[in-house]
Amino acid sequence: MTSENKSKKAPYTIPIGPTHPALKEPILFTFRINGEVVEEVDFAPGKAHRGIEWMGMRRNPVQIVHLTDRICGICGVSHTFAFARAIEQIVGIDVPDRAHYIRTILAEFERIQSHLLWAGVAAHELGFDTLFNLAWRVREESMDLIELLTGNRVNYAIVQVGGVRRDIEEEKFARIKEGLRYYESLIDKLLKLFLHDKTINMRCRDCGLLTYDAALKLCTVGPTTRASGVRADVRLDSPYAAYGELNFDYVMPDLYTGETRGDVYDRIVVRLLEVAQSVDLIRQCMKQMPEGETLWETKMPKLLAACKKAEGEAVGRVEAPRGECLHYVRMNKSDSPYMWKVKASTYSNQLSWLEMLKGEQIADIPIIVASIDPCMSCTDRVAVVRDGKPDIYSKEYLHRLSVEKTRRLMND
Amino acid sequence: MRLSKSLNRSLWVFHFNSGSCNGCDIEIVATLMPRYDPERFGIKLVGSPRHADVLLVTGPVVHAMKDRLQRVYEQMADPKVVMCIGSCGQSGGVFFDSYNLDGPVGDVIPVDVYVPGCAPRPEAIIDGVVKAIAKLERIQEAKDE
Repeated sequence: MTSENKSKKAPYTIPIGPTHPALKEPILFTFRINGEVVEEVDFAPGKAHRGIEWMGMRRNPVQIVHLTDRICGICGVSHTFAFARAIEQIVGIDVPDRAHYIRTILAEFERIQSHLLWAGVAAHELGFDTLFNLAWRVREESMDLIELLTGNRVNYAIVQVGGVRRDIEEEKFARIKEGLRYYESLIDKLLKLFLHDKTINMRCRDCGLLTYDAALKLCTVGPTTRASGVRADVRLDSPYAAYGELNFDYVMPDLYTGETRGDVYDRIVVRLLEVAQSVDLIRQCMKQMPEGETLWETKMPKLLAACKKAEGEAVGRVEAPRGECLHYVRMNKSDSPYMWKVKASTYSNQLSWLEMLKGEQIADIPIIVASIDPCMSCTDRVAVVRDGKPDIYSKEYLHRLSVEKTRRLMND
Repeated sequence: MRLSKSLNRSLWVFHFNSGSCNGCDIEIVATLMPRYDPERFGIKLVGSPRHADVLLVTGPVVHAMKDRLQRVYEQMADPKVVMCIGSCGQSGGVFFDSYNLDGPVGDVIPVDVYVPGCAPRPEAIIDGVVKAIAKLERIQEAKDE
């Protein structure tokens, strides 16, 4: 603590986290507060760092698929999808068309559940727990559908290198359509509850502003950037899987409100409209889905042998519910990748906190922090690589290095 | 089920994320939502460990969170029960060979109930809570005797 902070005069420095009721995940914020106003913000992520990339560089691609599922329990499909796309490009795997459609359907279901989850959390942060409960109740429908399609509620383990593990059989279509009808009949109610509510209007309008220029400059992605008026969506900018054959457009806040302000309210608009868009995309997929295989190679040893022979590097990009998710993989004719780097969407988005929180009130911190839909478990994977050996420098480690150096110098 | 004087009405829960993938955390919140609705039994999430009877720990305990987990555990008032949710808290799970783990949870604080699964279903978490209540009863009975 610096000497100026020790004085009892404003501004005060307040640490929040890593365990705090307002935070759903471990992260440490440090706020410099003057009265009720936030003057400066800093944050220290890394409280959920498990060293996933390091572990991945010791496992083969099929094993990594299960690891990518567990980078994040909410956007498991996106990470696995991005990783599989990178490996498929390196190995030269031609994914069957049907698998492309099934992957698209799953990615969109994931978006529905993730956005509803977020909507609930946002309502909770505003103190509107009735809406929180409602959003999570309607979310259970998408969880049921995901369970029907993948066999799991979380960590689906359905995307495999070269396709998907399970087909969507004809008899499941009726149940899926029933779920889609449920959401279609619900979306107007959700929009009304969230966007025409007096409290939400008062708390979210012109709160946590992120201008168009700042959104571009900070390289924000996903709904956060679209809410600031930047037209960016990986699904449209560089179509993958079945998205190239589907008919849809960027979801911008001015579609609903007629203007783009880049505040928390606009972020709610974008996410709720994307739920409706996802329902439409799943409908289109089900109509157009071709017959055929769902996996490039069903025999695991053959798939692994093909991966082992491969050499080269590739980037897999997908639009996760929170924005662009990028996996860089380099294969070097060995069982496990030579290099694997994940850039999750929150990594791009989290710096916008500094911009959004400046000048806001303490009471607005939770909703603004939540408004980018942060996912720390996605983001905390930073490791230092030296001499080809990945390493992480902790404070204790650096201290030990320092002590060792002192000893060395003394012995000389 | 008969509970002790201080616990005969409701069980309050504090949730601690020790570096999990969010899967279990989401399932915990899903458990508390209207479909399963354990709040009718008074079970609810609280914001402070000092108010809680049960500590739900998710994640494999990464290095940065070990000290915090111990501190949160010590802040809780007795009688208390620790539930470890998810496979990675039991054994490290899919993260077993990571360099940044100080866990599993059992190595850091004493655990009473393990709920396996990656991620466990809400039904499994509720079953774990029922076992936690039974454990609290046993603690209380032992004290009374």
